[in-house]
Amino acid sequence: MTTTNMTMAKALNEGLRRAMEKNKKVLIMGEDVGKLGGVFRITDGLQKDFGEDRVIDAPLAESAIVGTAVGLAIRGYRTVCEIQFDGFVYPAFDQIVSQVAKLHKRSDGVYTMGLVIRIPFQGGIGAIEHHSESPEAYFAQTAGLRVVSCSNPSDAYWMIQQSIEHDDPIIFCEAKSRYWEKGEVDLDNPPQGLFDAAVRREGTDVTVIGYGSSVKTMLRAADTAVAEGTSLEIIDARSLAPLDLDTMARSLEKTGRLVVVQEAPHMASIGSEIVAELSERCFYSLRAPGLRVSGYHVPYPPSRIEEDYRPSVERILDAVDRVMGAES
Amino acid sequence: MIGEELVQLLTPEGERIANSEYESTLGIDEIFGLYRDMVIIRRLCNESTSLQRQGQLALWAPVQGQEAAQIGAGRALQPMDFTFPTYREHGIAWCRGVPPKDMLRLFRATSNGGWDPQKYRHSVPTVVLGNQALNAVGYAMGIQRDGAEEAVMAFFGDGASSQGDVLESFVWASSFNTPVVFFCQNNQWGISTPMSIQSKIPLYHRAHGFGFPGIRVDGNDVLAVYEVTKRALDSARVGGGPTLIEAYTYRLGAHTTSDDPTRYRIDAEVEVWKHRDPIERVKSLLVREYHVKSAKFDEVITEADAMALQLREDVLAMDRPDPITMFDHAYAAPHPLVEEGRREMIELGVSAASPS
Ligand SMILES: Cc1ncc(C[n+]2csc(CCOP(=O)(O)OP(=O)(O)O)c2C)c(N)n1
Ligand SMILES: [Mg+2]
Repeated sequence: MTTTNMTMAKALNEGLRRAMEKNKKVLIMGEDVGKLGGVFRITDGLQKDFGEDRVIDAPLAESAIVGTAVGLAIRGYRTVCEIQFDGFVYPAFDQIVSQVAKLHKRSDGVYTMGLVIRIPFQGGIGAIEHHSESPEAYFAQTAGLRVVSCSNPSDAYWMIQQSIEHDDPIIFCEAKSRYWEKGEVDLDNPPQGLFDAAVRREGTDVTVIGYGSSVKTMLRAADTAVAEGTSLEIIDARSLAPLDLDTMARSLEKTGRLVVVQEAPHMASIGSEIVAELSERCFYSLRAPGLRVSGYHVPYPPSRIEEDYRPSVERILDAVDRVMGAES
Repeated sequence: MIGEELVQLLTPEGERIANSEYESTLGIDEIFGLYRDMVIIRRLCNESTSLQRQGQLALWAPVQGQEAAQIGAGRALQPMDFTFPTYREHGIAWCRGVPPKDMLRLFRATSNGGWDPQKYRHSVPTVVLGNQALNAVGYAMGIQRDGAEEAVMAFFGDGASSQGDVLESFVWASSFNTPVVFFCQNNQWGISTPMSIQSKIPLYHRAHGFGFPGIRVDGNDVLAVYEVTKRALDSARVGGGPTLIEAYTYRLGAHTTSDDPTRYRIDAEVEVWKHRDPIERVKSLLVREYHVKSAKFDEVITEADAMALQLREDVLAMDRPDPITMFDHAYAAPHPLVEEGRREMIELGVSAASPS
């Protein structure tokens, strides 16, 4: 087993490199992905090594980045589209929902829409508007799409490769606030399947489920909770559509209490779906209603006050107290 | 590189040149006024860059090199006209009367807007590239229905010119002959993407294909930009329909303070454009033709320095907003989810607002 320590940004870069080496049909397309290596440097050096035919600096138009990737897919190429920031995916929304999601069906399975749309998502980097959004639920709601999220180097390295190899279109959400964090990556064996949730920390009292940037906050909450005598089981959902409900239900059957954490507002969200599904599956094990800790139902605020919008340790622990107190 | 059809009234050395279509209508006071505006905007930009470097701003989008394009266009507007900027239109905002400190609220990350857009007739910034071009056309459709003699100006860059929204806005403006002037600052770069990736023909040629006039002006020649913009606005106000103005200029600085242009462009290119500096050009004219004394220029520097000092003071005094303000104006009418969030935040005690 070879493990290497690297940042999540570097892990994505290495994963992309490996996928491009393995399969000549893999292309990268996006704004500033060539010479600059992307604004987050995720594609750093790839144009130099694989050429301008495979790493394409796009004219500035997201609808075209995705729309042409569809045509390339029909022609047998696998394109990894980079959307520069979450808030700039909407010009491509039509292509994603109307073509990317539906062409496999409309062609009776003849077309394979094997393409990946990478979106740096969520907040926490002190940016201006449109650079901190959580659009995952829009895509999860659309049949034909799969949505995954990575928030550590090992997942980044493996999930990007698994996504590129997958025959369905994948919306690939990267927790941008975690790009610069380091971790161990096993370069030989993937830790798990693309659509599996991961138990990040075992516990007995409350199951806390989240994804992306929230996972780290949840782990911090678990540390604090220990001091208060409460044991949290932390689950990183990883795949948002489909959800790995088996892993989640197994945990909930043990703890009987559920808190879900997300930066997106709770209305019609991934968190709402998790609570609904698990309430159905684990109704007789539940000792309290599942709670969601979410962003508020307002446009993402100016970043000077974003930490009061994003779920905090304090807000997670409040919810933990409520599910713990519900039965006493 | 710069074609014959570039409208220019001043050479880079500040000498007047004749143009068959346009001539400068401005006298010494007005020209000096344009010079003053440009110096102030450059000073504002430098001060903002250092405020960012000192951790006082989250980000800054410099405008160095584009002062003539913005001041020429900004001063050609009439008070009742309306403007739709991007994130880089500090010179336009200045001409519309937006206080410098309000321009910086977005960049201090204390606001997503920063000023009252109706008061200054200058809309709040649009960061999603190209959206505002359609919004501007819609505003112009409103002007038509009101029978008003006003025009609207939409600003965007060479990069944004590839967006569907911008091209669709051309179709609509043309089909409905709306009173809109599209002002594209072609500063040669969209972050690291060179102009050649956005268009194989000069951008102003595109207008012709959509059925309205396009014109390329030397964006570093404030006199030319002023005259070209003024004529396009005058025409729009009286039913002449849209015009696309391509202000041919250069982004001397980084895309933003987060950008490192040395990764994608060569110094020699930047040096060439430094010799076409928009401020030096008009200063040369003022000295040569109007014998303006250095004391007069010094006064402008003093004024710009005072503005920068005030700006710094204002920015430092700009506190973190109370987080409870994120619930204000999310909707015009009361909304249960907003009220729920507001209540939760008050209970958390992170706001100065007291529980009711
Ligand atoms: C829809 C959209 N996609 C991507 C971005 C990210 N982005 C911000 S500025 C920029 C380049 C814009 O270039 P240009 O239109 O020439 O304007 P300039 O910055 O040169 O003034 C990009 C890609 C964005 N703001 N909006
Ligand atoms: Mg540009």
